[in-house]
Amino acid sequence: MTITNARTAAPSSRDRAGKRRRYRGIDQLGGLDRLVIILMVVVPTLLLIWLVWFPAVGSVILSFTNWDGIGPLSSIKFIGLKNYVDVVTIYPPFWPAVQHNLIWLAVYFLVATPLGIFFAVLLDREIRGTRIYQTAIYLPVVLSLALVGFIWQLIYSKDQGLINGLTGSTIDWYGDPRFNLWAALVAATWKQTGYVMLLYLAGLKGVDPSLREAAKVDGANERQTFFRVVFPVMAPINIIVLVITVIESLRAFDLVWVINKGRNGLELIATLVTQNVVGEASRIGFGSALATFMLIISTVLIAVYLRIVMREQR
Amino acid sequence: MARPSTEAEYLARMVPSSAAGVSRRSVLRGALGAGALLAAPPLLASCSSSSPSGSSGGGTAPATGTVSLGSNQSDATPKAAVQSVMDAFQKANSGLTVKINTIDHNSFQENINNYLQGAPDDTFTWFSGYRMRFFAAKDLAGDISDVWGNISGMSDALKKASTGDDGKQYFVPSTYYPWAIFYRKSVWAEKGYKPPKTLDELKTLGAKMQQDQLIPIAFADKDGWPAMGTFDQLNLRINGYDFHVSLMAGKEDWSGDKVKKVFDTWKGLLPIHQTDSLGRTWQEAAQALQQKKAGMYLLGAFVAQQFTKGAEQDDLDFFTFPEVDSTIGTDAIEAPIDGYMMSKRPKNEDGAKKLLAYLGSSDAQNIAVKADPSVIATNDKADQSGYTALQKKSAEFVKSAKSIAQFLDRDTRPDFASTVMIPALQSFIKTPDDIDGLVKNIQQQKLSIFTT
Amino acid sequence: MTTSTLKGKPTTATAATRRPLTPGRVGLQVFLIIDSLLWLFPVLWAVINSFRDYAYTAQHGYVSFGGFTLQNYVNAWQQADFGRTLLNSAIITIPAVLLTLFLSSCIAFVVARFSFRFNLVLLGVFTAANLLPPQALLIPVYRMFRSIQVPFWFSDSGTLLNSFWGLIAVNVAFQTGFCAFVLSNYMKTLPREMYESAVVDGAGVLRQFFQLTLPLCRPALAALATLEVTWIYNEFFWATVLIQSGEKFPVTSSLNNLRGEFFTDNNLVAAGSVLVALPTLIIFFVLQRQFVAGLTLGSTKG
Repeated sequence: MTITNARTAAPSSRDRAGKRRRYRGIDQLGGLDRLVIILMVVVPTLLLIWLVWFPAVGSVILSFTNWDGIGPLSSIKFIGLKNYVDVVTIYPPFWPAVQHNLIWLAVYFLVATPLGIFFAVLLDREIRGTRIYQTAIYLPVVLSLALVGFIWQLIYSKDQGLINGLTGSTIDWYGDPRFNLWAALVAATWKQTGYVMLLYLAGLKGVDPSLREAAKVDGANERQTFFRVVFPVMAPINIIVLVITVIESLRAFDLVWVINKGRNGLELIATLVTQNVVGEASRIGFGSALATFMLIISTVLIAVYLRIVMREQR
Repeated sequence: MARPSTEAEYLARMVPSSAAGVSRRSVLRGALGAGALLAAPPLLASCSSSSPSGSSGGGTAPATGTVSLGSNQSDATPKAAVQSVMDAFQKANSGLTVKINTIDHNSFQENINNYLQGAPDDTFTWFSGYRMRFFAAKDLAGDISDVWGNISGMSDALKKASTGDDGKQYFVPSTYYPWAIFYRKSVWAEKGYKPPKTLDELKTLGAKMQQDQLIPIAFADKDGWPAMGTFDQLNLRINGYDFHVSLMAGKEDWSGDKVKKVFDTWKGLLPIHQTDSLGRTWQEAAQALQQKKAGMYLLGAFVAQQFTKGAEQDDLDFFTFPEVDSTIGTDAIEAPIDGYMMSKRPKNEDGAKKLLAYLGSSDAQNIAVKADPSVIATNDKADQSGYTALQKKSAEFVKSAKSIAQFLDRDTRPDFASTVMIPALQSFIKTPDDIDGLVKNIQQQKLSIFTT
Repeated sequence: MTTSTLKGKPTTATAATRRPLTPGRVGLQVFLIIDSLLWLFPVLWAVINSFRDYAYTAQHGYVSFGGFTLQNYVNAWQQADFGRTLLNSAIITIPAVLLTLFLSSCIAFVVARFSFRFNLVLLGVFTAANLLPPQALLIPVYRMFRSIQVPFWFSDSGTLLNSFWGLIAVNVAFQTGFCAFVLSNYMKTLPREMYESAVVDGAGVLRQFFQLTLPLCRPALAALATLEVTWIYNEFFWATVLIQSGEKFPVTSSLNNLRGEFFTDNNLVAAGSVLVALPTLIIFFVLQRQFVAGLTLGSTKG
């Protein structure tokens, strides 16, 4: 059944045959209908603005204050860029946190994503048990990242963990700052790979099989087919996967928090924000400055994501 | 008509006035029994500030109704201890019931800001020191100076520790425990060790222990705060109590020579401390002491909780941190005080004050220390005959001290303690080399925080 | 149309590729088997150890066999109060999922059905919301919730803070974007003629929505429901910061109780982890198709 997209075309109300269509879009709606539509749009939008966008702006504004969270809003004093200067110059955990976030991103980008794509390509064929393999690999995706931290503790624990039990070493994988970031990253990659694989598999299914056939006819082998034909065609998916990779690495929090609240080698920007605003510390202004860093980076990424996705909509 | 501030009041108002009076209390009891989880909150000041709702009923009748208590004693033993104390209180005051709201120990402290500004219980467990004064100054705690008028048996030092910046009392001490260096008597007798009196003796002892295949000083700082104990002891010994208090109040230069000396001395002691401390919790370090793998542990008396009651706990002994500077001596100690406070707008003020008076009395404290033998009572009149050997020594220890500090994270601003000192101390322990850079950075951050 | 299952491509000329058992093929299978086992291993290890007695493993180490017991599960259930926390999770998750799906269908319906100038902007606003880091929004949300007073039957703390509804609202706000996006894609594929005949019959927008659109969207809704239940159930950050009384914690945050102040009994933690994972694992295995469809719907066009 062909689906005419006359909707998205210019608001002409004539179909191909030139006959007048009966329905012309929103302008033809009666009173009740209009009300319903307005409600259907306004209610969710208001919820979103209230709980997402308004707080985002609020955080940015608070980052210019030195508020400690106690007392009425009227007691807030503005101190300009002082928080930002402090964060960047005299706050020791900040630069390590940035570094760790970048390492996190690098590992996701260089290990988890390619691995996921690799598995997706492997499992895209008709082989026996493909369903089982896929299930095994994306099983971790349904687990909460906090839970992942607990499960891997059985492997990483200094006295009771499997690694030390098998190798006899006494390294405290979660507690030694030389290793704990990598230990956490292994666990996180374990989960992320399945997610990427899933997204990519779906994308691969959407690739026109005739392209592959054509490549085969031309004598290309598997690898060449993938890199020269399939991969370029998957450009939108590639970018989406990339953006998701970056965003997930920026949001990494749960895993590290349950290990040791993000200290001693596991500092991440998200944990620094939480340490500063949750708890007795209550350095709201300062924490908001850290949060604004996260927001800025996220916004850039979101803009990229939206451009891709919205372009697809047209 | 003021907005009802408890669910019970709300429901009670639905009872027609003709049936009010006696039935009001039964309505209150029924409403509370009907599963309301938390006693509902006083109003927030965002609306017009109406007068705080007083106790139920009116006039000068003896305090009745329910008093709520927010408790951070979430582990089994302390929780049971609190329960027994409250049971005894209710027995002695038949008109009052206490509703205990137990919150996980760490979460309670972490959420204290939110808790106090949100829907705090009438009374709550807390600590004395700057942490208490901080909230009093921010208008989040209730003035209980009149309760202090009725408490006897508290030393002046304790009263001072319970007083806010404005001279009024906001805190009722309940129990406390000293920080000292703990060891197992049997191990030391076997190896022929003697408690060191000076820093040099400590170092020598440490070297000897290493030769005997023991870890000299157990050490753990995964949670960030235990290392503050070591810092405090060194600072008290090297620079004295007054400097320490002043430093905690933000009035001294962290990058000055005095503080540098503390870190330098600490660096010299690190070789006899347990390694890899940043991945170890204090419980695990205490177990090293219990398993006779470590010779000593500088910790609060709660280290005893990791030892089984009876013979094992009796095997514990302690000595004060050795002297570093003979002009300063060892008469300053650390003994954090735990106790109770009243929230700013309690629903049952009379009941709350009565409860607090009871908690400061020797009766309540007798029950508390019996249930948890790692702490001692603050009231002089408490019955010390039931004390274990450790408790007796702790009581004597605290009594003979001239100055008592509270602990770094109770003596200074909470944001400074948790966002500056924890990372700083952890980084020092990890790489104790750049002391100059470390203290300079602490000073910079201190200036940033303390001026706000 | 990619509500595809994973059974593989339907009709491409693959019959021939199945049969020959070349060394390459065998190698591939072996490789995949090893990888699958590797991936399943941590979970299997946790499951095995959850059945082992702590005293036994303390004595013999973990690289041993024996000491099986169910006691860990009993202890974990009691210590972490799983009965209550699972109930809390249900109280939070189910309304949140229903609300999310409803609100996002509303938006998706309007965006897909009608064309007006701000279609894409609206969709963009929603999608972007899903991608912001929650830590950055914490304080304003927290303060707002604390200031909003609600009647007691709504929340027994008197405000939205420490109330289930507050947590539900935040989760709904965060997840609506993704669902709206997916549903709008899906709804765009519904034939326009269907609406036209409905209008001819005199059906208003409401009727079109409830009687035409939603029933037809059932596959997508099922897929999203599966996904959302998993995501909201697993949600950790907001549950930790917005809920303050121990008895209201949902199950994911309560896992911290098992680590407690004292000795970490890893077998106990393993049992607790399995218990926490169980609902999502069950959903996953039973509704796997929907789960996958949900994720893939979101990433590809229609």
